[in-house]
Amino acid sequence: MIVNEQTTGNNKTMSSYLAPLVKQIPPSGIRKFFDLVGDNKDIITLGVGEPDFVTPWHMREACVYSLERGMTSYTSNAGMPKLREAISSYLDTQFDTKYDPKDEIIVTVGGSEAIDLALRALIVPGDEILIPEPSYVAYSPIASIGGGIPVGVETYAKDQFKVTAEALEASITPKSKVVILCYPSNPTGAIMTYEDWLPIAEVIKKHDLIVIADEIYAELTYNQKHVSFASIPDMKDRTILVSGFSKAFAMTGWRIGYMCGHPELIAAMLKIHQYTVMCAPAMGQVAALEALTNGLGEKDRMVESYNQRRRLIVQGFRDIGLDCHEPQGAFYAFPSIQKTGLSSDLFAERLLTENKVAAVPGNVFGPQGEGFLRCSYATSVSQLNEALERIGNFVYKVQKEG
Amino acid sequence: MKELNDLQLKVLDLLKEDARRTPALLSTLLGESEDKIKAAVAQLEQEHVIVKYATVVNWSKIDDEKVTALIEVQITPERGRGFEGIAERIYLYPQVKSVYLMSGAYDLLVEVEGGNLREVANFVSEKLSPIDSVLSTKTNFILKKYKQDGIIFEDHQEDNRLMISP
Repeated sequence: MIVNEQTTGNNKTMSSYLAPLVKQIPPSGIRKFFDLVGDNKDIITLGVGEPDFVTPWHMREACVYSLERGMTSYTSNAGMPKLREAISSYLDTQFDTKYDPKDEIIVTVGGSEAIDLALRALIVPGDEILIPEPSYVAYSPIASIGGGIPVGVETYAKDQFKVTAEALEASITPKSKVVILCYPSNPTGAIMTYEDWLPIAEVIKKHDLIVIADEIYAELTYNQKHVSFASIPDMKDRTILVSGFSKAFAMTGWRIGYMCGHPELIAAMLKIHQYTVMCAPAMGQVAALEALTNGLGEKDRMVESYNQRRRLIVQGFRDIGLDCHEPQGAFYAFPSIQKTGLSSDLFAERLLTENKVAAVPGNVFGPQGEGFLRCSYATSVSQLNEALERIGNFVYKVQKEG
Repeated sequence: MKELNDLQLKVLDLLKEDARRTPALLSTLLGESEDKIKAAVAQLEQEHVIVKYATVVNWSKIDDEKVTALIEVQITPERGRGFEGIAERIYLYPQVKSVYLMSGAYDLLVEVEGGNLREVANFVSEKLSPIDSVLSTKTNFILKKYKQDGIIFEDHQEDNRLMISP
């Protein structure tokens, strides 16, 4: 029974009931900017980590129709068999990775649940989880909650933020167990080619590690096709492939993702999945099936549109005089703001309050992100042009101060 | 039929969204030199693939009286010229905004714009119907335009995304 501190007179606070591992998680660095933005309509935001397209109408319509027909019950725990079959053949044709829809695929509540399931199923307290940085913000807290110890692996602008075998090897200790590889990368837009992957695979094999490959941005690569880590020789059994529909098909709010891997691992993760969420939402699964069946053309059109805006924003930053490596994937540019002399945090805060552009400071994604700014180009051409002009004015002003 | 290359198709797509996009912007968006873009546009214009750069106007915002009608016209084709001659006689009227040759129950679909209902009615009775080869007309007035040429007139879709998300 929870006793009110005033009646007992002791100093116990509510937070003392919390598990220490949860309490120790630092608040998200993005939160502060979220509060600063408020609902100010003058602000142009480059801070959004999701597509600016609405889910194509035929997918929404497929969902509406399924509701009309009363498809409102649980699906099988691992997801509708038809959807798993569609995912299996889609992964095979697009990325040359073969998974058996019977026992090697789980449909999850977004890629996020898949990451959670994978980490929960793998981590023994004390295990070290290697995460190339700058990195998506969720891996490290989820690893910590399970008692894992997140270890950052440094990546650099000079390598276009690709992870290298040397940096990975330098972070490995006898306690290392899992590597989380998110390419195409949020926040840097980096990708890994087949040749980039080979030495990484050698290190993974040599040190007997297991990989969580978060390939949620797999469809969003430009100039070259995404290479799945699971398609690298000998890596399939060592890899838990995580992906989903959010980014490729503009379906973020539906929360439909999936994970694929060795049947023994997938069986363990399915246990956690069935006891926590039963199954992913049925209506989302219907829309996802429609996406894979009839949505690849729309997907290609959206990718082409991101590609155009990618060129626009990179050119824009270079015209302003900020160094910006060419992001080959996802929908983020990651320009360096080092020459302004401001920290990422201060740059982002002043840019927001003084020139009304919201973007996410790079340090939020780990210490390696300091000196950079994550700018999403999933917004209209006219908004991008306006945002670039404002950023240009801001940089000019800061340089004059200096 | 003209074969367009990939660049020309992409240029057309972007200009259809917004005809005011400059060659400089198109060059950045498509990652091609400005000269190449200019050449592609010039060729499209020269071959009349790009017919004209016009403005899509929502007249209902400024003029309550203005009306548009779609008129189904049945005609007897002329020997040797088919429908061409009669179509031309119709489309040369400035109040005629579009003329299409149709399959189905009638032959021409004629879009007529007028300052008010009477103007359109007069056009039909005084200009269109008296043409010798016109057998019958059926006038349908447009009550509201929701979407035209792929452009939604009053877009209710707002950007509901969170301003900042990871």
